[in-house]
Amino acid sequence: MNLQLKNIVLSLADFALEIDVVLTGQATAIFGHSGAGKTSLLELIAGLRRPKSAVIALDDQLFNDTSRGVSLRPRDRQIGYVPQDLVLFPHFTARKNILYGAKPNTSSGLAFDFEHVVKILELESLLGRSIAELSGGEKRRVALARALVSKPKLLLLDEPLSNLDEPLKARILPYLARIREEFRVPMLYVTHDEREGVGWCEEAFEMSRGKIVQRAPKTAS
Amino acid sequence: MTAQWQIVWFTAWASALSTLAILPFGVGLAWVLARYEWPGKSLVETIVTLPLVMPPVATGLILLTVLGRRGPIGRVFYQWWNVDIAFTWRAVLIALGVMSFPLLVRSARVAFEQVNPRFEQIARTLGAREWRVFFSISAPLAARGIIGGVILAFARALGEFGATIMVAGNIPGRTATLSLSTYEAVQLGDNSAAFGLLGISVALAFGAVWASEWFLRKSRDKRA
Repeated sequence: MNLQLKNIVLSLADFALEIDVVLTGQATAIFGHSGAGKTSLLELIAGLRRPKSAVIALDDQLFNDTSRGVSLRPRDRQIGYVPQDLVLFPHFTARKNILYGAKPNTSSGLAFDFEHVVKILELESLLGRSIAELSGGEKRRVALARALVSKPKLLLLDEPLSNLDEPLKARILPYLARIREEFRVPMLYVTHDEREGVGWCEEAFEMSRGKIVQRAPKTAS
Repeated sequence: MTAQWQIVWFTAWASALSTLAILPFGVGLAWVLARYEWPGKSLVETIVTLPLVMPPVATGLILLTVLGRRGPIGRVFYQWWNVDIAFTWRAVLIALGVMSFPLLVRSARVAFEQVNPRFEQIARTLGAREWRVFFSISAPLAARGIIGGVILAFARALGEFGATIMVAGNIPGRTATLSLSTYEAVQLGDNSAAFGLLGISVALAFGAVWASEWFLRKSRDKRA
């Protein structure tokens, strides 16, 4: 992946997001305390916020260029955004949630087939349930599946393991690793817990008060 | 069909049709008011609310001025298509629609405001176009408030008096509604007719509220 985040300025309540970086890892982790601006950065990439200035591009597709007045609509960005609060549609079953962004099948997208995604994330038995009937870990897997079935070119994961107890974390983590291997979709992984992503992300950054301050050393686990 | 049943049928039909007619406009406007900001928005809000706070007779007079044969809209209809609006069933429909419009818009707007905009945002990131976001996310999640607004609007239409009598008159068999006929019966000292119509009004109102409660409870059970 080549995700350019250049000349980014976005005013937040207490400080401004100021970022100038190019992310190249297939899986990139960004750490930072809560309130560091991580979620705002993800929303900016997904097109849900309007920056004061920014050039954002994924590979050869330009998302934002404020100097030229370019701002691609969220629906045209092909980004799978899994927010921290998941935002599953409460009036749909798990199946309808997952299928919401489904695209017509093309040979290149077979891996993102509904059946395949459901199998990889082991959701077969949950499809008929309403969202209220799912546990925390199940909801996360449904939200991941919903993002994957939309055939994203980039997956944005906001604290995918937060508020989960240790055994549940240990159960979700392999799914993330599986997504990475099986779908080969670039991931941007945001977390407040430095231990979480380092092991399996190729690239790691630290964020503090809206700035990317340090490129954490790559650590193997 | 007796005259009484003709009145009941006409009132129920006119109320239902006027509610149906304002539904797309009311819900659409409510959504726009709940989700977007633009200069002049408060002017639109004020105009929409006016029929709720103005004396109904005043609203009726405005409608009569506009829809009468010499009014700006009434004249066009009369000259081009030889169609009268004032003092016909069309005027009844318009009066009912105008009077109940603010109730529908206000209820639906509150309902849309209670839908977390993040649901809509995520739907957009999943590739949904605006109409799909509206029909698959916003409207279903606001459905209870919208239905509440529809029932309120229908009930308001059933009981409308002031604006209707101004712009449509009280022509037996043509524009006479339950409220107008009840008033007329009392004026003429025909108590049995008045109480007959009163009983029908109560039954209609009771039925509408009861049906809506039943419907809401059913949709709640389904969602739970």
